[in-house]
Amino acid sequence: MDLKLKIWRQSGPDAKGEFKEYPIQDISKDSSFLEMMDVLNEQLVSKGEEPVAFDHDCREGICGMCSLFINGRPHGPDDAITTCQLHMRKFHDGETVTIEPWRAKPFPIIKDLMVDRSAFDEIIQAGGFVSVSTGGVPDANAIPIKKVNADLAMDAAACIGCGACVAACKNASAMLFVSAKVSQFALLPQGRVEAKERVEKMVAKMDDIGFGNCTNTYACEAECPKEISVANIARMNREFFAAKVS
Amino acid sequence: MTKIDSKIPEGPLAEKWTNYKNHQNLVNPANKIKIDIIVVGTGLAGGAAAASLGEMGFNVKVFCIQDSPRRAHSIAAQGGINAAKNYPNDGDSVYRLFYDTVKGGDYRAREANVYRLAEVSNNIIDQCVAQGVPFAREYGGTLDNRSFGGALVSRTFYARGQTGQQLLLGAYSALSKEINKGSVELFTRREMLDLVKIDGKARGIIVRNLVTGKLERHSAHAVLVASGGYGNVFFLSTNAMTSNGGAAWRSYKRGAFFGNPSFVQIHPTCIPVHGDFQSKLTLMSESLRNDGRIWVPKKKEDAGKIQKGELRPTEIAEDDRDYYLERRYPAFGNLVPRDVASRAAKERCDAGFGVGTTGLAVYLDFKHAIGRLGKNVIEARYGNLFQMYEKIVDENPYETPMMIYPAIHYAMGGIWVDYELQTTVPGLFFGGEANFSDHGANRLGASALMQGLSDGYFVLPYTMQNYLADQITVPRYDINSKEFEQTEKDVQERIDKLISVKGDETVDSFHKRLGLIMWDNVGMARTKEGLEKAIKEISALRKEFYQRVKVPGDKSGMNVELEKALRVADFLELGELMARDALNRSESCGGHFREESKTPEGEALRDDENFTYVSAWEFKGNDVEPELHKEPLTYENIEVKQRNYKTA
Repeated sequence: MDLKLKIWRQSGPDAKGEFKEYPIQDISKDSSFLEMMDVLNEQLVSKGEEPVAFDHDCREGICGMCSLFINGRPHGPDDAITTCQLHMRKFHDGETVTIEPWRAKPFPIIKDLMVDRSAFDEIIQAGGFVSVSTGGVPDANAIPIKKVNADLAMDAAACIGCGACVAACKNASAMLFVSAKVSQFALLPQGRVEAKERVEKMVAKMDDIGFGNCTNTYACEAECPKEISVANIARMNREFFAAKVS
Repeated sequence: MTKIDSKIPEGPLAEKWTNYKNHQNLVNPANKIKIDIIVVGTGLAGGAAAASLGEMGFNVKVFCIQDSPRRAHSIAAQGGINAAKNYPNDGDSVYRLFYDTVKGGDYRAREANVYRLAEVSNNIIDQCVAQGVPFAREYGGTLDNRSFGGALVSRTFYARGQTGQQLLLGAYSALSKEINKGSVELFTRREMLDLVKIDGKARGIIVRNLVTGKLERHSAHAVLVASGGYGNVFFLSTNAMTSNGGAAWRSYKRGAFFGNPSFVQIHPTCIPVHGDFQSKLTLMSESLRNDGRIWVPKKKEDAGKIQKGELRPTEIAEDDRDYYLERRYPAFGNLVPRDVASRAAKERCDAGFGVGTTGLAVYLDFKHAIGRLGKNVIEARYGNLFQMYEKIVDENPYETPMMIYPAIHYAMGGIWVDYELQTTVPGLFFGGEANFSDHGANRLGASALMQGLSDGYFVLPYTMQNYLADQITVPRYDINSKEFEQTEKDVQERIDKLISVKGDETVDSFHKRLGLIMWDNVGMARTKEGLEKAIKEISALRKEFYQRVKVPGDKSGMNVELEKALRVADFLELGELMARDALNRSESCGGHFREESKTPEGEALRDDENFTYVSAWEFKGNDVEPELHKEPLTYENIEVKQRNYKTA
């Protein structure tokens, strides 16, 4: 198939960016979206032009590195997948495809389609852990956990930290990301010990970095490649209020 | 031979590690903050080690190539992690896990290391549960187990099909805790391009900041590299795009011996290759072999019709299907080790029974499992894998059997290390997949996660401390010393050389050409002629690379093509060493299969008399043949046998 690509080019964090158009021909419908980007970059390099910078690594939907905003949607026109799992069969011949970076103040653009998501690491560093050191822990089966809670914790823990929730949100809210981690630990006995401090510190860090507030549009859930539920946001709110009144 | 000392502690096998820990040197808590440690890589081994060393009180600097430590490729491991807990009461024990691992590795791993691995496997599960890793559980609240290839017990712990992700996020959370505390300093989007030695000891690294393009110097009292495997030498593999062999290769060129470079694992259950534009291969977890049955048509004409699209697999009658693993290996059936399953698939496809448009695929069928257990159960067990398959192939695996084919997955080979995981360069340690490690000539499923975390949480923090005990009076190193100056200059020259070629062929194009040479000659079936040819072709390709490669842009700022060119330059040397090692080892063992050495049934035939050793290659200079050292392997606790998966 032949496509017209409209790609955001920006040489650095402080540079002025703009859309540039690139026609591309003979793309197989069985190739992945990033393989299509590879073909484009090979062509640009051959012509001596600067290739388009974008983040990607595992290319199997789990590392959370890829982050393209395609035709107005984080990770493009398919549900429950990352950009690297998106295939060209989702597009039609002759289509114009618009490709942008995640747009949110806490995720500054590094170059072209690449953004800095270290804000997410900072939130985890603020409290997204159980304070146990290596060694000296009880036998794994000494802590029985209800299957239903273990499964709910796993649902929340499936978050890959890609930032699609923030990119999808009109407020650039990170509530889905933060609540997924808070929920994972809130549901497990190992995490209960520090539950109060954790939710307070993570929320404070999130606000401090400048992520927006949640206004319940659920765009985050709709675009999450791992289908993390907004029920986690409700759970985090309960945890947060409980922490404040205790 | 005198250059190699594996430093295996005295005493009976089961007591070696305890003895070591009882007698190792320790560093006083007040002195630990005076000691700097560099950790390269934040996967299971690197992340766990950095966190644990930080907890102990050392000053740790940790480096990762991605934008966050959470993205290391350990995250992509799907199926599970082994441990000898014996929770299912099916007869497992530390000895049995040790035995299965040595046997699975076709008797080419070090007994003492593997025993230690099996011994600490139980601590790993305890540690991860305490961190809040949401492993799968039974209704009674206890942990659930599943089966994996090469074992007759259920000893694999799992978190759906995302076990690697959950274990890595556990290590990442421990690391984040230490970063918050200030004991660990994090450097992201950095790639190690060289090792700095002072007076023969590892004292620092040169990294390239991938955003600014600047070279940076970092010094330390010891360096740990846990940068993963080098499967991407084949271009197409299940590794992530940035996975590379650079840190290992540069360490080799600075004096660390390379162990068993030819031992790479070809994983039997990957989605088959589908086009020239393809950038990587996707693994389907081995856990699928718990419930899926592997088959090809019995009749060649059926296979032909399927390849042409005239027949659907669902139209082939039960009697016309050849469940070849169950036929050939009645005891282990679909759960034979990976090397055996991969070769069996290749054998059927080479004989003309393969399916798919290319004829290079076999079926993995869930029809019987769905009939027996119901679609819901299969969905709960493998839902994410089925979804992944459907997104890539555009076929519903609940209705049509999956198509799979072997692909390069894991490097058993790596930098040679002794019992302390120290290389032949004092102060330089290697952990996880990056070392030549505990898997011999073939790694069993769910053992990579076990080894990464064993090295990271429970081995390196002890052994590195033993090394550092007499370093407390050594002052911090000045990064302006002549050694740092010179090493950075060497790196700069490599970069300048690549940029100055200004040729007409892209880096990826060279990488693909190297990959084809490797796959055809240093892949699943190797011959003397093929390997000799590969050595010549790789050498010629390397020359061409430095005459024709095109690296646009300049050395300042971000330059993805330059990053790739540096990696491919290293692969063009590493690939040759792999072929050389495979040529030297004229026996077959595990994943290393020499056509000249097989049983009448076509199984890998070892030559124990001549090859019961680890190959450790020493760098002797560019375009000079490396020197082979041999570390003899002795088996005192295991009877060495021809591997047999036909009968229990």
